[in-house]
Amino acid sequence: MHELSVTQSLLDLSTRHAQKARARRVTRLNLVIGTLSSFVDDSIQFYWDIISRGTVCEGSQLKFHRIPAEMVCLNCSRSYRLDCELMPCPDCHSAEVKITSGDDFRLDSIDIEP
Amino acid sequence: MTETHVPIVENILSANDRLAEQNRTVFDEAGILAINIMASPGAGKTSVILQTVQALSPQLRIGVVEGDTTAVTIDADKVKQAGIPAVQINTGGSCHLDASMLREALSQLPLEHLDLLIVENVGNLVCPAAFKLGTHANVLISSVPEGDDKPYKYPRIYRGIDVFILNKMDLLPYLEFNMDYFSKGVEILNPQSPILPISCRTGAGVHLWLEWIARRVQVQQSRLAAHGSIS
Repeated sequence: MHELSVTQSLLDLSTRHAQKARARRVTRLNLVIGTLSSFVDDSIQFYWDIISRGTVCEGSQLKFHRIPAEMVCLNCSRSYRLDCELMPCPDCHSAEVKITSGDDFRLDSIDIEP
Repeated sequence: MTETHVPIVENILSANDRLAEQNRTVFDEAGILAINIMASPGAGKTSVILQTVQALSPQLRIGVVEGDTTAVTIDADKVKQAGIPAVQINTGGSCHLDASMLREALSQLPLEHLDLLIVENVGNLVCPAAFKLGTHANVLISSVPEGDDKPYKYPRIYRGIDVFILNKMDLLPYLEFNMDYFSKGVEILNPQSPILPISCRTGAGVHLWLEWIARRVQVQQSRLAAHGSIS
């Protein structure tokens, strides 16, 4: 959802950091996306290929690292990972669970040619 | 040519988040509680707002920001008719409000003379979840005819909500709506947030919402008085 606007934000962010590092070009962007995040990799890649042309990021590769949602049970303190739909605690079946991570969407690092 | 690795670790939506924080500072400095009301189209956002202004104004000084995707002022007109300052945002087709749109709207409201600002987001059960506005509390209105499975199908918006309103309870006898199943879905995502079953049409249960919002305004005002008006 809204992949074009986040891809634009990604371009602004990486260009800013590339300029700070005085890069000749950016070769790779290392992204972290949580499974609960609503962004679709393929759509981001599609827009990226278009809008990065003519910029210091042209030709760079997007590397998506998907991380599962992490939950903690407030009843028995068990932590568990979630690959699919939300579910109660697998140990005590309590519905009092908290999501500790899963909707991250961040640029962890870029690889550049100086 | 050797490559250099440059660590960044920055959230990609940080531009909107920064503006949201600025909005939050504006609210705190003006002594206002700001809430973000989200829901599917037709669930009852405007109805809840009208019930709120009719019951709590003028004791509470209320302002409203309305978000819609086109140049209609249907909702803002209803609020203004109730004697409340309201600003209509036309998002120009965008399916959610963001912090920058809200900031523009704020410049048209007498913020120093308000206790409560209600933002009615665009009717949409998907997109508003991802865009912080800088409001203090998120309110989600579900309605009985939408069905009891929405917390499971739309977890992104059902998470991070401070209070749930379940509207159109008067239709419960005519529909298959499993309250336990619905409540469980909500609870998994928000263990501490209450669900307030109401009917705007009959007025049943509305006092639960009015009590919640009045108390929340008081909490905000005490917090600001204790820490000074700058958060």
